[in-house]
Amino acid sequence: MLFSFNTFSESEHVMTDTDTGSASAQQSSAEADDQLFSKDTGKLGDRVFRGLSFGAAGLILVTLAAVAIFLFKEGLPTFTGDQDELDNAESFLSYVGPLIFGTVYISALALLIATPVAVAVALYISHYSPRKLSHTLGYFIDILAAIPSVVYGIWGIGVLAPILSGSLYPWLDDYASFLPFFGSDINVSTSGRTMLTVAIVLAVMILPIITAISREVFLQTPRLHEEASLALGATRWEMVRQAVIPYGRSGVISGAMLGLGRALGETMAVAIILSPADGYFWNIITNSNSNTIAANIALQFPESSGLEVNRLIATGLVLFMITFVVNAIARKIANTGFSGADG
Amino acid sequence: MSRTTEYLPSLDTGSDDHRQDHDKITSGSLAGRGMLGVFGVAVVVGALTWLPFGSVNWARWIVVTLISYIVGTYAVARIVESPRQATDRLATAVVSSAFALVLLPLISVIWTVIDKGSNRFDWQFYSETMRGVVGEGGGAYHAIIGTLIITGLTALFAVPFGLFTAIYLVEYGGNSRFAKAVTGLVDVMTGIPSIVAGLFAYALFVLIDGPGHRSGLAGAIALTLLMTPVVVRASEEMLRLVPNELREASYALGVPKWKTIVKVVLPTAIAGILTGIVLAIARVIGETAPLLVTAGLAQGTNWNPLDGRMTTLPVYTYQAYKFPTLPPQASIDRAWAAALTLVIIVAVLFTAARLLSSILKPQGLK
Amino acid sequence: MNRPTISSVSSARSSPQHQQSTQTQRLQNGEANMTDSRLDTSAASAQSAAVDLNAPVDLPNRIDVADLNIFYGDFQAVEDVSMTINPQSITALIGPSGCGKSTFLRSLNRMHEVINGAYVQGSVVINGHDLYGPGVDPVAVRRKIGMVFQRPNPFPTMSIADNVLAGQRLNSRRMNKPDAEDLVEKSLRGANLWNEVKDRLGKPGSSLSGGQQQRLCIARAIAVSPDVLLMDEPCSALDPISTLAIEELMLELKSSYNIVIVTHNMQQAARVSDRTGFFNIEGTGKPGKLIEMDATEKIFSNPGERETQDYVTGRFG
Repeated sequence: MLFSFNTFSESEHVMTDTDTGSASAQQSSAEADDQLFSKDTGKLGDRVFRGLSFGAAGLILVTLAAVAIFLFKEGLPTFTGDQDELDNAESFLSYVGPLIFGTVYISALALLIATPVAVAVALYISHYSPRKLSHTLGYFIDILAAIPSVVYGIWGIGVLAPILSGSLYPWLDDYASFLPFFGSDINVSTSGRTMLTVAIVLAVMILPIITAISREVFLQTPRLHEEASLALGATRWEMVRQAVIPYGRSGVISGAMLGLGRALGETMAVAIILSPADGYFWNIITNSNSNTIAANIALQFPESSGLEVNRLIATGLVLFMITFVVNAIARKIANTGFSGADG
Repeated sequence: MSRTTEYLPSLDTGSDDHRQDHDKITSGSLAGRGMLGVFGVAVVVGALTWLPFGSVNWARWIVVTLISYIVGTYAVARIVESPRQATDRLATAVVSSAFALVLLPLISVIWTVIDKGSNRFDWQFYSETMRGVVGEGGGAYHAIIGTLIITGLTALFAVPFGLFTAIYLVEYGGNSRFAKAVTGLVDVMTGIPSIVAGLFAYALFVLIDGPGHRSGLAGAIALTLLMTPVVVRASEEMLRLVPNELREASYALGVPKWKTIVKVVLPTAIAGILTGIVLAIARVIGETAPLLVTAGLAQGTNWNPLDGRMTTLPVYTYQAYKFPTLPPQASIDRAWAAALTLVIIVAVLFTAARLLSSILKPQGLK
Repeated sequence: MNRPTISSVSSARSSPQHQQSTQTQRLQNGEANMTDSRLDTSAASAQSAAVDLNAPVDLPNRIDVADLNIFYGDFQAVEDVSMTINPQSITALIGPSGCGKSTFLRSLNRMHEVINGAYVQGSVVINGHDLYGPGVDPVAVRRKIGMVFQRPNPFPTMSIADNVLAGQRLNSRRMNKPDAEDLVEKSLRGANLWNEVKDRLGKPGSSLSGGQQQRLCIARAIAVSPDVLLMDEPCSALDPISTLAIEELMLELKSSYNIVIVTHNMQQAARVSDRTGFFNIEGTGKPGKLIEMDATEKIFSNPGERETQDYVTGRFG
């Protein structure tokens, strides 16, 4: 039974049985002629779709270039405009200096608090908890990440700050004030609206990021190395120390840098909780605190006009550059540094 | 027999102590009931912190309990078992305590939001705005509308933008320099601080409308900047999971590339893509900072995203708490109720994402 | 021109007398000697005329490949292949891993172009059209030349019936319901799958066993009425029973399609094919070449080239 050639027209039935013979074959051969040169092969659709895809990708480039350009454009008048317009006309550096200090100081503090805890939690989920539960437990940590920052902010000032200022801060003031972090000639805070409170809240906010990445990396430790360690009679902790942590080191660092980037850009928690003052403050349990760039913008922007707005945008650009560098380092470590115990 | 013992290496190589450790396969064990005992003691020790205050201080109790548990475990294990075992138990105690410690803020936040937010969890809150309201009463109706409008616009922009970029990266880009540049830039986009995204949108609209511009659309543009990279990453991952054989089967049937993508690849990946989109929405719906500098704050409902201030729930929460009207408690109550609403919305979105994922997933794929 | 009696050849192929008739042929051709243990001298002679399977057949769907060279960017994968693939027969392509046989197969329906930078020199002519001629759209080519892959790949989001119709649907061919149902039944019958799935056409394609999935893919391929059916190691992911089912199916389909199959399994090539082409490669990095192409019995019993002999006797591969 020979199948004859069928024209691919829209209306015809596709499979028709015709009788065999060379005559029909030759006729269909001519129809087949059209097939190879048929127009309905989606050329137009392909072109449109391709254009949309390339266009979207190109728009990414354009967008980021636009971000840089517009921020520059609006930030530049800070330096070129009439300085008298500014509220407190100081040099840009003396304006943004304390803000950079506050941003980096508080974020570093948050990172210091968050990273060990995050690594411990990641280890717990990957190597200590029952395997069946690990998915659910990871889910709980992800819930932490889902809570909006403004909610953390009002929780921080409404719940955490009173607790800390009622217990931890007096204790620190009594016993640790020889350290510059906990003692100075400013009184300890009674409201709890301090850099330490903010750092703890930020630590809670960035912990899920660090935990998620660390957990991924710990779970990827080659079974081979783990079993080699156990076969030597190592306890679980010794195995973790020998095989898991070295393997995951660069992943953890990368995760920590990403968390740092997040903390640097965090606005609302700081804006709500922190009691800001102008200057460089090392003491983290008082009410006089260096503000962060982001929180400063959030607080000043609604009431600002003219050159003040430009100045705020200029500080935003500074923040963008700082986070850009931090994130770039994180990516670099993630891409190149995944050696650990492997070769 | 004596012959063979000649060739056996002597076991008498170390001190008695070393030999004791080496030969000992069994030892005292702190497992099970022992651990529970240590934990129980720790709880009691923690409870001792009640004494000076005469009342329950949860935080102090839990912290002290955990610390005593850790210290106690190590001490007891060192005595009953061996130093190595003790270190191992210490590690276990530390990581478990770390996990418990992290659950504390989670529980606290959720509990607080429910507790304080329920003060204004009433019909009035969801049907009234703040127009003309000073003091008691008032609601967040306008904030909910604003959230829906701005988030809706954001999704409208970000989903096609992100999805087509992902399609480019997976189906067309290959290893070209352009694709590498785009991937790198998407990474950069992921790291933009939210306030900077807001500033950019503001600066963009200043060009069009002059300084002091406020609009819902500007807010949507800012949020698009934040949502798009999340959509790109999630979609890209899902598209890459589609086995290449399916694409080949489609090509072999003479299906053009764009139809293969639309009718074979996308439907196969749609479950994961939709989940990613819902999660991305959950992320931007709580953003405050970029909206502060673009959409601003309004007291009444604004239905026009192109012009004028538009309040969203997070901004409403911030404003009500930070700049309370008199009496302040009414304002603070409103703030918590708005926060509760936000948390509920995020929870609903998360659940929806999980449901979508399990319902839509085609069988035959892992 | 003498037309070979195709029907007699194909019926002889699928009958259990297959072994005996080919042995008779070989005896008559003087290719075997009397002491060959595989001989059964009591075999009835199915046909007296020796069929020259190498002669190009003047029927539609014959494929003439001339001086085909396949490149991936700078790398040449296949060098100077010329062959005639006769219709209504099964042609097998064998050879060691990496020798270019799959690449060559894919060039017959321009599937190799899915990889960026792939191109060919030479021509592949079917029914008077060079598939690589100017202005020819690869997508159109693939609608006339179907392909079945190594691992069964039914579309997971579609039911069994939808999978069969996929070739039509994806090309937006509208069909009314009775026609669609007809097509599904016809294709599934053609793939020997109808009886097993007729009660569950709505179930997803992935709910079938491996062998059934592969037959579903075959049904999907023949539903668009291709002229040629290419099969790239169609049984290598299947168990022996499913393999047997697919091979039987191939023999049935032979009369309707021009079938070209790439296989690692020499016994399979010997079982089902009429002609076999042997590909080989000198070393890694070198292009694959067609060493010898001839009637299957000749390739496996008395090949012309030393390399072919070494391969089919298992000296390497």
